[in-house]
Amino acid sequence: MNALVAPALTQTHGLALLRAMLRIRAFEDRCYQLYGQMRIRGFLHLYNGEEAVAAGAFAALRPEDAIVSTYREHGHALARGVPMNRVMAELFGKQTGCSGGRGGSMHLFDVTRKFYGGNAIVAGGLPIAVGLALAQKLRGEPALTACFFGDGAVAEGEFHESLNLAALWRLPVLFLCENNRYAMGTALDRAQAETDISLKAGAYRIPAAALDGMDVFAVETAVADAARGIRGGGGPVLLEMRTYRFRAHSMFDPQLYRDRAEVEQWRKKGPLITLTTRLKALGLMSEEDYQRLERECNAEVDAAVAFAERSPWEPVSSLERFVYAERHRR
Amino acid sequence: MAQMNMVQAINSALDVMLGRDPRVVVFGEDVGYFGGVFRCTDGLQRKYGEHRVLDTPIAEGGIVAAAIGMGVNGLRPVAEIQFADYIYPAFDQIVSELARLRYRTAGDYSAPVTIRTPCGGGIRGGQTHSQSPEGVFTHVCGIKVVMPSNPYDAKGLLISSIEDEDPVVFFEPKRIYNGPFDGDPHKPAVPWSTHPKGEVPEGHYAIPIGKAEIVRPGKDVTILTYGTMVHVAEAAVQLAGVDAEIVDVRTMVPLDVDTLCTSVCKTGRCVIAHEATRFSGFGAELSATVQEECFWHLEAPIQRVTGWDTPYPHAFEWDYFPGPARIAAALRGVMEAR
Repeated sequence: MNALVAPALTQTHGLALLRAMLRIRAFEDRCYQLYGQMRIRGFLHLYNGEEAVAAGAFAALRPEDAIVSTYREHGHALARGVPMNRVMAELFGKQTGCSGGRGGSMHLFDVTRKFYGGNAIVAGGLPIAVGLALAQKLRGEPALTACFFGDGAVAEGEFHESLNLAALWRLPVLFLCENNRYAMGTALDRAQAETDISLKAGAYRIPAAALDGMDVFAVETAVADAARGIRGGGGPVLLEMRTYRFRAHSMFDPQLYRDRAEVEQWRKKGPLITLTTRLKALGLMSEEDYQRLERECNAEVDAAVAFAERSPWEPVSSLERFVYAERHRR
Repeated sequence: MAQMNMVQAINSALDVMLGRDPRVVVFGEDVGYFGGVFRCTDGLQRKYGEHRVLDTPIAEGGIVAAAIGMGVNGLRPVAEIQFADYIYPAFDQIVSELARLRYRTAGDYSAPVTIRTPCGGGIRGGQTHSQSPEGVFTHVCGIKVVMPSNPYDAKGLLISSIEDEDPVVFFEPKRIYNGPFDGDPHKPAVPWSTHPKGEVPEGHYAIPIGKAEIVRPGKDVTILTYGTMVHVAEAAVQLAGVDAEIVDVRTMVPLDVDTLCTSVCKTGRCVIAHEATRFSGFGAELSATVQEECFWHLEAPIQRVTGWDTPYPHAFEWDYFPGPARIAAALRGVMEAR
């Protein structure tokens, strides 16, 4: 990979990244509450702690790029620009949701933003990303496919099939591994003989790097650099973003597999704290600015919840629609 | 019109569609440079180039998933899974991704993928090169399931499958690639040139998905069958000496309930024949449908003639295979029932 050149940190850019992360945090914290109140049902996987990955990556990607995501994808969808109202409504299962209420938390899709889905099957999205990129290449589109996956997906055969196919066909895929150190309740070193995930790409001659996934600028810079190479026809790149999830795997997880002390250690170097401290130290943000950002994000979440609450359910009579093609479109 | 066997008819369908529609991409294991183990894609890479006819590694999950990605991004991929027996590594992608993409996005996204795969026995392939897993796929909502029984239907149905907006699993009964097979392995092979359905137009034509065909009209009993077994059923009718109506189901999903049940209501008797294992096989769905739709017309219990509920045997293929004698016995059985 080329030497990484960090972009100059401007106030506007710094605040934009902080806002992107705060939006996600505010959204996820509200989801946690709503789940407790049984207003959101089903499975729910929160992104707290990993916000720098989404905020940094999407700052460096372009609207024409295709996005393939995971079941922990609220942050990806929000950072991509899927309207918060529609994401929240989808979690509620309402018809105004970004998947028409058909999917719920793990199945966020958005055609206009080329968001090809959350995916509840671990590693299920990886080879689909290969297909999207193959189509981009065959059609001569000047775009890439960014494929998010977790450290757990690396254990699946599809991870290896996908890396091989992408490298063999020199496809414009950016593999973005969010390594949060736990595949549900199993620590990486209990599941992988080689815990340095970035090294695995070498077997497929794919350039790769591991980076601090808590540092939004590190993510943005690395993604921008990788994307430049991919757009130039250089073939796939893998980035392993080392991060940590602050909350449980899902809402049914008592977290018996890790120490509270470990979680506290990671919280101290969380992406929001790190960036806030940095912006304040550089004189680019006051406490007042921060409070205002947080208020704005909370207000957006309030509005999204109200939107979801007042949105209609899909009528049961239409539940057999869209199993097969039909003339009527939504 | 030209004389074609089923391999040539399938090749012709792919050729026609590659030529007509720049979105069509054919790919799979050995399909390009080598031309396919059964030769169905022979010459297509030379004619259309490596960007239209692609070789893949042995990675069925990756093949189907790549087809999904291409399909959702504006192409019409036709993936080959070399044997239906090899489709299981791709099963997760077919069930969890391909079949429900449209439903889970309330119609926003879909992938018009065709998966071609040779199926069925009678070729001494043993347990992992002879299976008929169509029933497994008919149980998955969101995909269509097709199995032709002759070259004319194979080409017309494959073109329809590629043009269809929904994903299609297209089963090719490999025992009849080169000629119709009546279930007697000791007879000399018969070429498709002796069969009227070996006459195949060279250009584009489509046979609608969801339409069964009455291949032999009759009044005494209806035989519901598909694939290789259509020809075996014809031999069985001769053997039993009954005036049976043979319905070639052709597409399992969507099922042409109307044609099937109109026939059974007319004859009042029904025998179902397929190569696949019996328990929870597609014959069970056919039997349930006939019972629901034709109960007051039935003169005898429905009978199923199928493969055994075992893996496909190595040395006893012709015992397992539901040949003409077994179907004839079932025909006599339903005729004698009061």
